Amino acid sequence: MTDDTLLSARGLNLRFGAIPALVDVAVDLWPGEVLAIVGESGSGKTTLLNVLSGRLRPDDGVVWYRDPSGRLHDVHAMPAPKLRALHRSDWGFVQQDPRSALRMGVSAGGNVGERLMAQGLRHYGSIREQAIDWLRQVEIDAARVDDMPRTFSGGMLQRLQIARTLVTHPRLVFMDEPTGGLDVSVQARLLDLIRSLVARLNIAAVLVTHDLAVARLLAHRIVVMQRGVVVEAGLTDQVLDDPQHAYTQLLVSSVLQA
Amino acid sequence: MTTISGYNFAYLDEQTKRMIRRALLKAVAIPGHQIPFGSREMPLPYGWGTGGIQITAAILGADDVLKVIDQGADDTTNAVSIRRFFAKTAGVATTTRTDAATVIQTRHRIPEAPLTENQILVYQVPQPEPLVKLEPSRAETRRMHALAEYGAMHVRLYEDITRYGQVAISYDYPVMVNDRYLMAPSPIPAFDNPKLHQMPALQLFGAGREKRIYAIPPYTNVRSLDFEDHPFRAGRAPHACGLCGADTSYLDEVVVDNAGGRLFVCSDTDYCETRRDAGHVGEAA
Repeated sequence: MTDDTLLSARGLNLRFGAIPALVDVAVDLWPGEVLAIVGESGSGKTTLLNVLSGRLRPDDGVVWYRDPSGRLHDVHAMPAPKLRALHRSDWGFVQQDPRSALRMGVSAGGNVGERLMAQGLRHYGSIREQAIDWLRQVEIDAARVDDMPRTFSGGMLQRLQIARTLVTHPRLVFMDEPTGGLDVSVQARLLDLIRSLVARLNIAAVLVTHDLAVARLLAHRIVVMQRGVVVEAGLTDQVLDDPQHAYTQLLVSSVLQA
Repeated sequence: MTTISGYNFAYLDEQTKRMIRRALLKAVAIPGHQIPFGSREMPLPYGWGTGGIQITAAILGADDVLKVIDQGADDTTNAVSIRRFFAKTAGVATTTRTDAATVIQTRHRIPEAPLTENQILVYQVPQPEPLVKLEPSRAETRRMHALAEYGAMHVRLYEDITRYGQVAISYDYPVMVNDRYLMAPSPIPAFDNPKLHQMPALQLFGAGREKRIYAIPPYTNVRSLDFEDHPFRAGRAPHACGLCGADTSYLDEVVVDNAGGRLFVCSDTDYCETRRDAGHVGEAA
């Protein structure tokens, strides 16, 4: 951990009964950096994401978060109101299924504005203006601000979720398979959007994916997990072009070449 | 009316009253916060005022004067029955005059005449949880109250303004009590919301089925939720009372014939009578 590490985890251990979900995991994240967690299904990727974001308490180990004023906070020792406030403002969470993150009975504008209202903004005009601005940034037609999410396509819903998450300008975003369940052309467009937004707004992100192509495109660094153990970590290109661990070699070689 | 024997004073046994008074003290200490209590079976169905009637029973003294209103009126079934119930079981004096009463149990209205420090207003509450339509889990709404996370309620107001151009909640309009707790003011019209603010009388809320009691102590800040650019507005029918001519009171719309004839009258019957006795005359009188 250095003086400007944004998020730092050491010695994370978590067991679900007999199953080791995390074994002595250490992760560092610096501001503006995108870190991908890859591995097969059941390898502990999502568990690690949930532990890093404070949603799940590890049996052992610590997660440090550095706030904008430079103070370090132990995420799991933080009082619940503070952690929830952090999730509302400095942090964001993008889930795989936008339907479970969005309020499906509330208009697109209301969905985007919710985090602003939760932060105490009480000016309808300005909330609406920012909602429209964010819909434009995620390439949704501003005229659809009053439409219900159920009239949106899968790719649009995911973009709406991203707008809703980024509206408060978080410094750190957790993404769980953000392109999962979308068809390939929609995926490509969404990846392009995420990449440009993350770069332009200088957002740090922890990205869980089983898709090495997504990791290659978005991530600066990559962590490979197998059965709860980090088997390899390093710069994305380095790990994917010259995998050292047998499991990583298997992962890389099993990708179909189009 | 003669009192009946075989019942404790004001129907409930003393232990139950004590339990309710404890909940009331707690409620007054934390304005707007819902306190659970062991609601009893009462000799009237849920939804008819079982919460209000238990609070009234617990606070009633032998020399209190009781008034009961339903939608502002003293002469509707619910109001008449509850008034007669306490006349029988407690032998207390009853009245229909707002200024003569020391305890007023109400359903869906606050009297038009200003209340004083010597009066207690008891509300019948069907649903005490203001967040119930937004969040079905009680565990989660309790957490939202504990952390004062009320952004979701404003999402509802946002949706209303987006769809209808204004907040379309006409009754049970959510309020912030003492800048801390979000509270359902029971299904009083939004028109009555401003009267909650800094009221000299003690306000007690009882929800019998939901087993919750909450309170607003005298002279407490109560603010209706709104946006800076869409401030709260208290709506009323744009007419004058047909009987007493009042043009600032809350009105009921009454269909009077089969030809579309309508009469607007004060929903507060005592207010209307007092004005007519003082010589005010409406167009239909």
